[in-house]
Amino acid sequence: MTAPVEALKVESLHKSFGQIAVLKGISFEANEQDVISILGSSGSGKSTLLRCINLLETPTSGKVYVHGELINMRDLTSGERRPVDRKQVERIRSKLAMVFQQFNLWAHMTVMQNVIEAPVHVLKLSKQEAKERAERLLNRVGMYEHRDYYPAHLSGGQMQRTAIARALAMEPDMLLFDEPTSALDPELVGEVLKVMRSLAEEGRTMLVVTHEMGFAREVSSRVIFLDEGLVVEDGSPDSVFDNPRSDRFRQFLTGTLK
Amino acid sequence: MSDIIAYLPLIMKGMLLTVEVALISLLISVLLGMLGAVAKLSNSRIAKGIAGIYTTIIRGIPDLVLMTILFFGGQILVNNIGEKMGWEYIDVSPFIAGVLTIGFVFGAYMTESFRGGILAVAHGEIEAGYAFGMNPVQVFVRITLPAMVRHALPSFGNNWLVLTKTTALISVIGLQDMVYNAGLAGGSTRKPFTFYCVVAFLFLIITGISEIGLRRLNKRYSVGVRKA
Repeated sequence: MTAPVEALKVESLHKSFGQIAVLKGISFEANEQDVISILGSSGSGKSTLLRCINLLETPTSGKVYVHGELINMRDLTSGERRPVDRKQVERIRSKLAMVFQQFNLWAHMTVMQNVIEAPVHVLKLSKQEAKERAERLLNRVGMYEHRDYYPAHLSGGQMQRTAIARALAMEPDMLLFDEPTSALDPELVGEVLKVMRSLAEEGRTMLVVTHEMGFAREVSSRVIFLDEGLVVEDGSPDSVFDNPRSDRFRQFLTGTLK
Repeated sequence: MSDIIAYLPLIMKGMLLTVEVALISLLISVLLGMLGAVAKLSNSRIAKGIAGIYTTIIRGIPDLVLMTILFFGGQILVNNIGEKMGWEYIDVSPFIAGVLTIGFVFGAYMTESFRGGILAVAHGEIEAGYAFGMNPVQVFVRITLPAMVRHALPSFGNNWLVLTKTTALISVIGLQDMVYNAGLAGGSTRKPFTFYCVVAFLFLIITGISEIGLRRLNKRYSVGVRKA
């Protein structure tokens, strides 16, 4: 076993929207090849946490390191906080690919165009290279046959698998999943989870905000449970599920295991 | 009939000018509209303010009044400046005054069309662009712009038709477009009704062709949209 390499470090992250504090001091580290499930009831701040990591939201205070690199932020006179260097943020985002709850595929592009868009325009790959990469990935998620379809003609599960291929095409250091199965029909959840499981098995670093207890328990290497903007549980799935330290998580489990 | 044939070359020459004025004004209005829409949706208070004043004033004043102000007022302004700078007399051409006014007026309407189009683009698609490391210009050009066209097209088409018809006003400031020339022909043959009917017919041809073009554009930018 080689020593674990730090992929992400979050230090006392706070985020408020106006008067409402959503994150109240979150700290954790993720190593390469970790698959971390982030659980919590709605409003606990899980999605906000994920969005703060790739700066879709700017944290109110706290630090985010990606592969040891601190994302520089400064305070504006208005009290808001902004990243100092847009280029740094863009570079880091290109290494943290995100999969959204609502897929957010680009509707005016085909499946293939969706997958090659960022590799061509952000990573500056040649179209040919990007296409070859896309074909391989679309095959992998089972969307190759549908490469010329527009998103409007796909099912939710197909859209989400395309979105995963789009994320993989960046060859990212880390994948961020924001409730990837929450908008899907129950029947379609399985096909997406299967893809995610295979990604976990090949050693991808993944941060997964989810309500899928089965995935959290069986696939992830670590589980973090958030409640009211704080980390309440953090540990291996077995330890967290079998011996929760908090009453809040026990309640949460009884609530979800109906 | 022989009157029509005799004056047709003159009127067709005017029609060419009408189309020219319409196309150049369209170009100006699209540029201004894009700037206005981006300004109105920006975070900058100053940009928002300027765009707001622009659309409020322009949309609140009749085109004819604005055009007259710009043509005659513009001439006085140029004269005054010219005098101070010691230039020779500069004539403000009705063509430039007309094109600028129409472009300026319809830029305000386009601002609202484009703003509506941009607002209709799903926010998640724009966010996905940023999440994949695109810069703001890339997000605008690659995602927002192509996605907003479909939403902006119907009202853009409306604006274009109204703009084309508005070019008839420039005959008032002396530009020899087809309306102006029809007036001349009608006057000297004493058959104004005939010649204005010819102009009406020619306008219908221009707008008819436009509608075909707009329909094609709409089809092109609706790919990937499920038909309801």
